[in-house]
Amino acid sequence: MSAGTPQAGDAGAIRPLVRVRGLKKSFGSHRVLDGVDLDVAEGSVTVLLGPSGSGKSTLLRCVNHLERPDAGFVEVAGEIVGYRYRDGRLHELPGREITRQRTQVGMVFQQFNLFPHLTVLENLIEAPVAVRGVPKPDAVAKAGELLARVGLDGRQSAYPRELSGGQQQRVAIARALAMEPRLLLFDEPTSALDPELVGEVLGVIRDLAVGGMSMIIVTHEIGFAREVADQAVFLDGGRIVESGAPADVLDRPGNERARAFLSAVL
Amino acid sequence: MSTSAEPAEAIGITESPHRDLAAQRVIPLRHPGRWIATAVVVVLAAQFVHGLATNPFYQWGRFGYWFARPVILRGLWVTLEVTALSAVLGLLGGVVLALARLSHNPVLRTVSWVYIWLFRSVPLIVVLLILFNFSALYRTLSLGVPFGPSFFRFDENKLATELVVATIGLSLNEAAYAAEVVRGGILSVGRGQREASAALGLPRWYQFRRIVLPQALRAIVPAYVNQLIGLIKGTSLVFYVSLLDLFGQVQTMSSTYPGDVVPLLLVATAWYVILTSLVSLAQYWIERRLRAGERG
Ligand SMILES: Nc1ncnc2c1ncn2[C@@H]1O[C@H](COP(=O)(O)OP(=O)(O)OP(=O)(O)O)[C@@H](O)[C@H]1O
Ligand SMILES: [Mg+2]
Repeated sequence: MSAGTPQAGDAGAIRPLVRVRGLKKSFGSHRVLDGVDLDVAEGSVTVLLGPSGSGKSTLLRCVNHLERPDAGFVEVAGEIVGYRYRDGRLHELPGREITRQRTQVGMVFQQFNLFPHLTVLENLIEAPVAVRGVPKPDAVAKAGELLARVGLDGRQSAYPRELSGGQQQRVAIARALAMEPRLLLFDEPTSALDPELVGEVLGVIRDLAVGGMSMIIVTHEIGFAREVADQAVFLDGGRIVESGAPADVLDRPGNERARAFLSAVL
Repeated sequence: MSTSAEPAEAIGITESPHRDLAAQRVIPLRHPGRWIATAVVVVLAAQFVHGLATNPFYQWGRFGYWFARPVILRGLWVTLEVTALSAVLGLLGGVVLALARLSHNPVLRTVSWVYIWLFRSVPLIVVLLILFNFSALYRTLSLGVPFGPSFFRFDENKLATELVVATIGLSLNEAAYAAEVVRGGILSVGRGQREASAALGLPRWYQFRRIVLPQALRAIVPAYVNQLIGLIKGTSLVFYVSLLDLFGQVQTMSSTYPGDVVPLLLVATAWYVILTSLVSLAQYWIERRLRAGERG
């Protein structure tokens, strides 16, 4: 079953690519996610905002099962992430199934997390060759195209340490794209960058948005959020306290906390 | 080049006749203390070498006689054999123990912790002697399912048994230390590396083998080579379980030829120095290969 398929009983609505329902997660006694519901339509951009510690990263990490929810579920492309629904219960999936699900979801981290012992090219072809069984020459050609797209063609043989932060983050985006994911997750992709390098990374993400890539982006760049987002979601204390069109959420927040946060960030 | 004029200006030299200060060579500061220290060390070293060469106490002629005697080479071979086997088995055991200690399984974690604690606490010589007396009780040693079929059987051939006892003892000991070296190496690789490879959909074992381990090796290799050099010299203890390694042969020959004790010890020293030097050389080479991505 693929997303975008009209579902009977859904009043003819398109089934969203991502559905989060009743998601809860605690670390020890600290409740980090407290019942989150969220829909992300195929081809749309969702921006996640909220104060530090509000659970943005945790929510994002539940989407590709880097964190395991305590209750509720995340569904991507019609499949529940990390579990199988059978006989009215959720059964944990074996590792190789989770691995397969993750290939549909790319992730870009605040600290880039490129593999420092591999060249740019090796960073890009590692997963397609090892996981998807793409023949190496094809993967190399594809990597070249992707690097051109992020403005880094010709840097194939460089090691990550030889690149600037902005270049590293663009390689990280290309690496995620190399798996041809249906959804991209960004966790504060520009927060570790010097101010003059932020623009080049946002530019790449903007191009992806124009190209119709489905994305969930955690960011503090409000201007950028207003520009690219189809949906803005404000998280506070593990709950969504505000969500909707960016213009409404960012410019006319009804929630007190959201108002205070946004006026501090802007 | 404009920057070079600034400090000059600051101390007011630009007003002096030396217009082309930028073209001048820099005269380094003299360090007379270093020269004196060097001279003292060189004199002492020369005296020491001279003493080594001329003092009849060392009997260099006898050293030359013993250096490559078959009996010494046989001992050297045993040393190499025991070292190589224990280094490999110890490292394999160490990797398993380290993974067990880092696993989510509390039983594995505890067993691994107790093992490491125990074998780091008990002196190697005690482990060897206990095993040796064990092997005297049980003339055959077999490895397999308790009460079930055994996978390996070591026969009663005397030499084989002693070699096996020595190798097992050294490997058990080595594994405990190697485990800590490997664990430290794995922990030195950031969490983000594991998460990035998981997010790409790489299988767990693949993540470890291709992403975590190569990075961990940079921390593991120097520490493990250190460990290995300790092991080479540690093998001299196998003499106490009647295995005639390099040191054992030297001891035996010394009691037969009491006059040659000093040259025989020098022969052992020379061979141990050669062995550790070879290992250090290998370390240099491996580290250079692992350093990809670190330049720049
Ligand atoms: N692995 C973990 N173990 C324990 N506590 C954790 C863990 N991960 C996150 N937390 C805690 O959960 C809370 C929410 O963390 P999360 O990273 O989701 O917040 P965030 O909204 O992304 O914040 P920030 O803007 O600072 O990145 C924080 O208080 C954090 O300390
Ligand atoms: Mg975060």
